[in-house]
Amino acid sequence: MNQIQPYVRSLADKYGRERECLLPILQEIVATEHVLSQDAMVEVARELNLSAAEVYGTASFYSFLNTEPYGKYVIRVCKSIVAEMKGKKEIVDKLCDILKIKVGETTPNGKFTLLETNDIGWSDQEPSMLINEKPYTYLTPEKIVQIIAEYQANGKSNNHQQIN
Amino acid sequence: MKKQKINITIDGIKLAVDEQCSILDAAKKVNIHIPTLCHHEDLCVAGNCRICVVEVEGQRALSASCATPVAEGMVIKTNTAKVRKARKDVAALLVAEHNTQCTTCYRSMNCELQEIAAEYNVDNNTYISLVDPNYTIDRSSWSIEKDDSKCIRCQRCVRTCAELQHVNALTVANKGKEMKISTFLDLPLNEVVCTNCGQCINRCPTGALTERRFYDDLWDAIDDPKKHVVMNTAPSVRVALGEMLGFPVGTRVTGKMVTAMKKIGMDSVLDTDFAADLTIIEEGTELLGRLKKILVEGNKEIKLPMLTSCSPGWIKFIEHMYPNHLGHLSTCKSPQQMFGALAKTYYAEKMGIDPADVVSVAIMPCAAKKFEANRPEMNSSGYQDVDAGLTTRELGYMIRQAGVDFLHLEDSDYDSLMGESTGAGAIFGATGGVMEAALRTVYEVVTGREVPFDNLRIMPVRGTDGIKEASIKLENLLDEWKFLEGVEVKVAVAHGLKNARIIMDQVEAGTSPYHFIEVMACPGGCIGGGGQPIPTNEEIRKKRIEAIYAEDEGMPKRKSHENTEVQKLYKEWLGDVNGHKAHELLHTHYTKRNRY
Repeated sequence: MNQIQPYVRSLADKYGRERECLLPILQEIVATEHVLSQDAMVEVARELNLSAAEVYGTASFYSFLNTEPYGKYVIRVCKSIVAEMKGKKEIVDKLCDILKIKVGETTPNGKFTLLETNDIGWSDQEPSMLINEKPYTYLTPEKIVQIIAEYQANGKSNNHQQIN
Repeated sequence: MKKQKINITIDGIKLAVDEQCSILDAAKKVNIHIPTLCHHEDLCVAGNCRICVVEVEGQRALSASCATPVAEGMVIKTNTAKVRKARKDVAALLVAEHNTQCTTCYRSMNCELQEIAAEYNVDNNTYISLVDPNYTIDRSSWSIEKDDSKCIRCQRCVRTCAELQHVNALTVANKGKEMKISTFLDLPLNEVVCTNCGQCINRCPTGALTERRFYDDLWDAIDDPKKHVVMNTAPSVRVALGEMLGFPVGTRVTGKMVTAMKKIGMDSVLDTDFAADLTIIEEGTELLGRLKKILVEGNKEIKLPMLTSCSPGWIKFIEHMYPNHLGHLSTCKSPQQMFGALAKTYYAEKMGIDPADVVSVAIMPCAAKKFEANRPEMNSSGYQDVDAGLTTRELGYMIRQAGVDFLHLEDSDYDSLMGESTGAGAIFGATGGVMEAALRTVYEVVTGREVPFDNLRIMPVRGTDGIKEASIKLENLLDEWKFLEGVEVKVAVAHGLKNARIIMDQVEAGTSPYHFIEVMACPGGCIGGGGQPIPTNEEIRKKRIEAIYAEDEGMPKRKSHENTEVQKLYKEWLGDVNGHKAHELLHTHYTKRNRY
């Protein structure tokens, strides 16, 4: 069989096979594989004795459990009302302009996916966004240019921020 | 321990009800009507539609009466300005996300949303329509159509598929305004584990889930003078059709139904019960054959328990869920398919009609029968054996379209050939009926005596318990069957696929204590089938079951092997029971399918 099967089995061994073990298993798959593939969902269903539809239904509820492949860097711009008031539109427009994609799309080189997301907990510092799991706040179009340039150049953002 | 009673007041009426009773159920006891949509008696509480809100004294927010248990001293008001306004608003919001093409909807006049919207005189312009103008309808399945533009997301279908059937083909996907009823990856219904049972259709409050209709094709065949249209009607249609045409639940309309079909223009109106009797002969013989091979010949390939194979929803379920245990299924086709195979061979030959001109149509209480009719292997007559499977509901519509005054119709008898039946064929429509019919015949074949039950009523296999068990000891047998002397035949009956799963888990584990098991996919058996008139609930199903047994007792013959047309069929045409020709026409094989 494909290699997803032993992998999912190991996750089920780790987290358990009860219904409530579904989410941690799905989360770990997305953390390592960056996507919840059709095969992975089927294997999870098999291991936990659920229907594939139930696994899909659960996954589709959560924005961070993507069933479509995303780029290497997933940009999620906060779409809370505060963000809207603080200029989210300019941020999104700038991102679309630089990346040449629309919200919901992935760049042809597979590097960036641009999404909007519900409140990420930085409403006091809007506009804000996440790139993968890293938050960026008090955004301006100028900052966006700089941040994206760093990702494009290094493949990674400036490390000192992460260390701090 | 004595049950605690809770004292409450509803609209000024004082009453005492059981603990855990919902406000909705308490109100019903004093004949106060509260509208519902997501609530269904057969299913768990959901509380998502909010149409059933009531006012509870001392609480600021309104309570969903279906999801709120009573509490001591609770004072409830179901008819206040606040309640009426809230309900009207809820209805208007639901209408806003509903495709309101009611005039052309199959469920028009039988739609719970339409009824509530009319009751509250909802203004369609209060809220803008949220229906996606680019919606598409999933017509991939032979049995079920899914139109999301009419879905109000009450999730009755999802709960039906999960709780009653343990299939979970349907799920809730996404959230918020994107939320929808979906399959795995939103695949078309014909590509997922759907068993086509249609129980979701019976519980859908709107026209979002319906059966795929074929009556226009049938009208074309009727209008074509070259075609010879042969209809056969399943046992449970005659005890439910009346509900669509002005009769109370549980009325037997057999004679009127036959007359109506003749008036509509069918060339021959025949009885599926004939094929049910035939099924008993084939299946009963198959069971005895299996017992003989195991007990006498020591054949280890033969599988027991043997499982019945009349219910196409059940067949697709086992093909998906237990593909390694298909050898337990009887190889007998369902009565519908036996009938179809004979209609274009035996019937056509005896009547002197070119089988190419025979259009064979089955009127069924079932959605899955449509899929079954279109299985590629169902062509043993050299043609597609059954051209169309229509539901009880579709027949009801046809009778209305034809302008037949059903209420005042005279009775008439089924035509011949293949129109004779016995009470044993009739009870196929209720859970336990196939088992009872089989026992009536098998017991008599091996003992030469009638089954030892008062008036042939095998009570242990009757009723609406999810799984029923019975055993009969075989004693003083005829010489030919001496190898069964002293054997205690153990049987079980399951209805609703939830119960089928329990039975199959035993079979899979090798712990099943039974010789023979009857399974019907739908709760209550065929009388509760996915093609039956809507609504359905336990009370309705019980009344239809009563009518089925009354039909049985009103028949001059009540044992399948006494059906003279069946006897004649073997003698003049088919040859031996379970013989070569019988195998060719009346038996089938099954397909392993993916569970995921």
